[in-house]
Amino acid sequence: MPCWRTMASVRHKKNNGRYKNLDRYDSIIIGGGHNGLVCATYLAKSGQRVLLLEASESVGGLGASREFHPGFHASIAHSVSHFSKRVTDDLNLRSHAYVPGANPLPTVGLGIDREHIIFDQGTLRGVSADDAESFKNYSRLMHRLADVLHPFWLKTMPRIGSSNFTDLMTFGHLGLNLRRIGKKDMLEFLRVASLPARDLMDEYFDDETLKATLSWDGLIGAKMAPRSPNSAVLAMLYRMAEISRGEHSIPGGGVNGLITALSQAAVAAGATIRCAAPVERIRLAASSDGLQANGVQLTDGEIIAADRIVSATDPQRTFLNLVGVENLDIGFTNRIRRLRCSGYVAKLHLALNSLPEFTGLAQANGRMIIAPKMDSIEFAYDAAKYGESAENPVMEIVLPSVHDASLAPAGQHVLSAHVMYVPHELKGGWTDAARERICESSIDTIARYAPGIREQIIHQEFLTPADLERCYRVTGGHWHHTEFAMDQMLMMRPTYEAAQYSTPIPGLYLCGAGSHPGGDITGAPGHNAAREILR
Amino acid sequence: MTTTDPYAGERLKLSPFYPRQEVLNIREAWSAWNGYKFAEYYYDAEYEYFCVRNQCATYDITPMQKYEIRGRDAEVMLNRMVTRDVTKIGIDKVAYCVWCTDEGRMIDDGTIFKLADDRFMLTCGSPCTAWLAKSAFGFDDVTITDVTDDLAALSLQGPTSCAVLKNMGLHGIDTAKPFNIMHFPFHGESLMVSRTGFTGDLGYELWIPPELGLKLWDELYAAGEDYGIQPYGEAATNMARLEAAFIMPAMEFNEALRTVNFEHDQTPFELSLGWLVDFDKPHFSGRSALLKEKQRGPKYTLTKLDIEGNRPAEGSYIYGNKQCTKEIGYVTSAMWSPAVKANIALAMIMTDQLDNKMWAEIYYEKELRQYSRIAACTRKKKPFWAPSRARATPPPDC
Amino acid sequence: MNKYDAIIIGAGHNGLTNAAYLAKAGLNVVVLEKNDYIGGAAVSRELQEGWLYSSCSYVCSMMRQAIHRDLDLGRHGLILVPYLGTVNFGDGDERLFSYHDEEAAHHELKRHSPHDADAMHRFQTDLTRYSQLIRKTLMRTPPDPASFRPRDIMEFLYLAKQFWTLGEKELYEYVRFFTMSAAEYLEDYFENDLIKAAMASPGIIGTALGVYSPGSSYVLLHHVMGDVDGSIGAWGLARGGMGAISDAIAGAVAEHGGEIRTNAGVQKVLVKNGKAIGVVLENGDEITARIVVSNLDAKRTFTRIMDKSDLPEGIYERAKNFKIRGSSGKVNIALSGMPKFTGVPENRYLARGGQGFSGSLETMERAYDCWKRGAWSDDPFVESVIPSAWDPTVAPAGKHWMSNFVQYCPPELSSGPWTPEKRDAFGKSVIDKIERYSPGFRDLIVHMEVRTPHEIENEVGLTEGNIFQGELTIDQLFFNRPFPGYGQYRMPVKNLYMCGSSTHPGGGVSSVCGANAAREILIDLRRTNTVPVDDFYDE
Repeated sequence: MPCWRTMASVRHKKNNGRYKNLDRYDSIIIGGGHNGLVCATYLAKSGQRVLLLEASESVGGLGASREFHPGFHASIAHSVSHFSKRVTDDLNLRSHAYVPGANPLPTVGLGIDREHIIFDQGTLRGVSADDAESFKNYSRLMHRLADVLHPFWLKTMPRIGSSNFTDLMTFGHLGLNLRRIGKKDMLEFLRVASLPARDLMDEYFDDETLKATLSWDGLIGAKMAPRSPNSAVLAMLYRMAEISRGEHSIPGGGVNGLITALSQAAVAAGATIRCAAPVERIRLAASSDGLQANGVQLTDGEIIAADRIVSATDPQRTFLNLVGVENLDIGFTNRIRRLRCSGYVAKLHLALNSLPEFTGLAQANGRMIIAPKMDSIEFAYDAAKYGESAENPVMEIVLPSVHDASLAPAGQHVLSAHVMYVPHELKGGWTDAARERICESSIDTIARYAPGIREQIIHQEFLTPADLERCYRVTGGHWHHTEFAMDQMLMMRPTYEAAQYSTPIPGLYLCGAGSHPGGDITGAPGHNAAREILR
Repeated sequence: MTTTDPYAGERLKLSPFYPRQEVLNIREAWSAWNGYKFAEYYYDAEYEYFCVRNQCATYDITPMQKYEIRGRDAEVMLNRMVTRDVTKIGIDKVAYCVWCTDEGRMIDDGTIFKLADDRFMLTCGSPCTAWLAKSAFGFDDVTITDVTDDLAALSLQGPTSCAVLKNMGLHGIDTAKPFNIMHFPFHGESLMVSRTGFTGDLGYELWIPPELGLKLWDELYAAGEDYGIQPYGEAATNMARLEAAFIMPAMEFNEALRTVNFEHDQTPFELSLGWLVDFDKPHFSGRSALLKEKQRGPKYTLTKLDIEGNRPAEGSYIYGNKQCTKEIGYVTSAMWSPAVKANIALAMIMTDQLDNKMWAEIYYEKELRQYSRIAACTRKKKPFWAPSRARATPPPDC
Repeated sequence: MNKYDAIIIGAGHNGLTNAAYLAKAGLNVVVLEKNDYIGGAAVSRELQEGWLYSSCSYVCSMMRQAIHRDLDLGRHGLILVPYLGTVNFGDGDERLFSYHDEEAAHHELKRHSPHDADAMHRFQTDLTRYSQLIRKTLMRTPPDPASFRPRDIMEFLYLAKQFWTLGEKELYEYVRFFTMSAAEYLEDYFENDLIKAAMASPGIIGTALGVYSPGSSYVLLHHVMGDVDGSIGAWGLARGGMGAISDAIAGAVAEHGGEIRTNAGVQKVLVKNGKAIGVVLENGDEITARIVVSNLDAKRTFTRIMDKSDLPEGIYERAKNFKIRGSSGKVNIALSGMPKFTGVPENRYLARGGQGFSGSLETMERAYDCWKRGAWSDDPFVESVIPSAWDPTVAPAGKHWMSNFVQYCPPELSSGPWTPEKRDAFGKSVIDKIERYSPGFRDLIVHMEVRTPHEIENEVGLTEGNIFQGELTIDQLFFNRPFPGYGQYRMPVKNLYMCGSSTHPGGGVSSVCGANAAREILIDLRRTNTVPVDDFYDE
């Protein structure tokens, strides 16, 4: 995707080998991922002079498209499931050519020697009548619970112990919402919220593939397996909160279509976007009152001043690299250090000369999950726990080119797969051979369901979490910047004293996935941060 | 010896000076400090105390925790950890420091020895390794080594201490100002002497590799024979430090990282150590909390009290009225001061009550019977014991 | 007219405690026990002549002293003695000695890692803080979160106040501790793997979680929140074995006029018009009473001794889904002499402590991976203690008995049902592990008894052999225990109560579940409360 270089960036004059900016911005956003763009747009719309700095050649972060092989495009995130409706409306994204995916992708639990499980627009096929019936009850409960939580993803979490009226209202609101769904459901929520995915599934279903497929949305992107208690159900409810009910879709132009719309909206609102402008340090002014963020220094030495700095990059990078530990308290530094930021999802991209055929599947137009049993997920995770790679990886496959022909040359296709669990730190370190081995075993796994696929491959690319870290400047290659787990969510995301988008350093804010409510393409952290800044 | 002691792991460690201490500790009055066998007193606590005040005496500070902090980033790292400005410490100078949690609660106090631009020594009462590691995280070039067991240390305190060192041949030691460090050749090694101590009096601390510990002891005692040299233990130390109004962990303050209950630890302002907190230096841990504390004023203030009568007010409550109904504080340490002939105490008093009259409710025992009395307290601004020789350079010879 | 006011099903220590307090309030109670001995899992049994095995539970720290004192258990023959240091064995030659003396313990840690030796102070401070908080909830009935009754609201306010006293920062840290995995939580403190393994091991004992499973750090807390005479985290042994505890409580039951019947297994709880009215014994006898109290676990209570048709809708399913996973085994061994362990000095004080064959975090986690696959590990985590080192009543003079608790052991094997051969093979894996650290150990064995979850369930009646009567995960703790809406000891059928470890606060020889249930029952029966309030060492 092209970079928006507007007039603002031309104004910089060379001065003694250093760029000097005579203008002062109201806000500088570090990082042009979707949350950075959302935040920049809200701030610009409010009349602020906003500069967004993106280190790479184009904005979009993990949502940006890359041509991984001539004519073949893919982005790390390959579908959108709960992008905030409020952000879409507020920023008028449709007027910036955002075309939300019209039809949700069917979720397909691929089976071997059995019928595939297909969940499409509210109907579930390929399972027993009992399970289909249970599914109705299950969905009803999950939707009710998701609705309870829905308002809170777009709220700023209060500080515990605060006596601020708005904060107390937020607590009261949650309590009231919970009570409003009825005593039975409320009690059920308090029980189910911390349940491992496996136990929840076992309570409702018999079909192993169904259980694994439904667990997927609670586990993907996290260092969790079906047996891990405490956070999987909350992750599921988080993803179900929007009106899409967590169903995935591919916007016009792929995920990048959304990014394009967001960038256009930002520019239209008056924000300046500069790409290839990596930030080296956040500049701080010291006074007797303490530190105050007042600008950034780019890697080429250029200094740009601003009243506030808003970081869309991950918390560890923000604090440990850009701010520097010497400017932070020791306890706070330690809390940032101990954030669990190791990603466990790798990305496989295949350029295919034709549409692959999955045995027994009429159309490969869905989100296909390869996880035949809950134990398949569990055992794949077991290997990753020790820094080993799973013998039988589990994965989610999408063919974005089926939905948007522009992503591949005519008649040809892109296969995009999230492969779990691939450790960020492989025992013995990552080598090309190690990457190759996992890539091949992932393709072998796919070939079990799409036997002809090997012959269709023109080009293959496998990005480990370590690769994602390097290419996308995200610590640990973690989708969510830091683990979405009970101890790192809500008023503890990323850690207390930085969970309300402000940080211990006045003038420095966070607006990325490392802030409440968390990762995935939602726009919510960007939205919430902008509201706090404008408060 | 071929048979190994199955209890070796459970036994207290012995200081390099132990062979001499063992002979002199005829009361067998041992306790423990950081795992070392440590004299509570040798002969009689009060006698040893008077040696400190009247002649000179040695106190084994080997068990004190000693960390060497080296590297290009050592200074920045320390400066961000402690509340004082480390960049203002000159080479071969010592500074008393405190360090705090993010909440501004005191973790410990100690001294920083600046030995070179990239080499420091930090000493403190209890182990601090984990906090140092946390403090060093994120700095590229800093190495922290626990040198507690690699450096023997002996404190020599009292009016004749300078004379003894001169007599031992440490020429020029009388030119060392308080908190200065000097180095002397000693049997092929370097003997480091700092003009520091924990008695409020003239005194020095001697630092030497452990294998030369006994040689140092012997030469020091030979040189000090005519100056009344005597070892002293923890009991006399506690008396001397209280007269000097120095704080002790687990007495005046509870180390923040070992405090179970909310705010049962202290801030430097509460301990009247606000002068150690420098808001003009670069950022340091706890700064914003401490700034708030300074602006708001601490809830309690550590106060020096002169209490009527002669019964130590140990563990007493302090009241704002003679009826003892209005509690305004509590005593942290108390004793009868033999040097100033006063009933002295350190107490935490509510800051807003400092200017009011105070009474202590003192409980004491007389032949198994319990008594109590209510004693008026007078607030003292200066330490109870602060002789001018402690600051004079060169110090008087006795 | 009923002969009895209350029937208590199961003479485990909680059932006996419940009976003692009901009897003390003047109720006519009978405790029905299926076995020919009482005590349930807190039992001492002479399975080899001359040896007295604490065949299930083996150490005690959670027994509330308020109950101990109130029921006068000392007079009924109970004395709990704290045991001394523990040796933790690494995967290789490393040994970690937990010396009793603080200075020595510090230096021992320093030998492994100076960093960790210091960090231990903060760890213990933090654990103490969390233990103090959680201990305040033990002898209180959890409030119902959906209720607007003054009592529930007051109870919530009490809890909120207790949480508030932590201060904002510690509140967050507490949530973190409560929800994380033991291994990851310990990352913040320690760097040495053996120290981490030793500290993490209480997080997996008795639970179907691994050291890397979120939630295991709460289980860790559950094991250290107890105390012996105010020293938090200390564990004690009962003179005469764990049965001495049950026997003492039974003594209190008898003192207050309660009746205990052995060989009286309950076949079914009688329910009439939606009310529990009594029980039918396995021999066909019917006994009626005003109320029925089940000390059995929740799953067994609702799926084995009750008719599904007697239960309100959904309860049977709740009980079926109740997580009560068998994950532990036990190997009791009679020894002809004191075993010697390589790398462990012959220190009489260490010998009076325990042995933790913990290895490393990875070793423990891999053992859990085996459990997940329906197998036992060849390299299990074993926690051992040799009570005969100081208790003269449990083995002949000069001989010893060793209790070995094994984590993990699956209730069902992927290779098919448990057989005596498989059980012995499992036992062998434990002996092999100990032999690795104590060459010649095997030759000292006079007699041994191997218990897999299968044996534990069959004899003691704990479903799947789960020692806590249900997993200690958030979804089954506090007001969620055993089921949401039934966290106050009253069960879905009127006049039916539960008093076992399936209720708050959960497993452990604490007597708390039984006492708390008694307090609720006495409220319902409008009797004067006989259950003491808990006491703390000025926390």
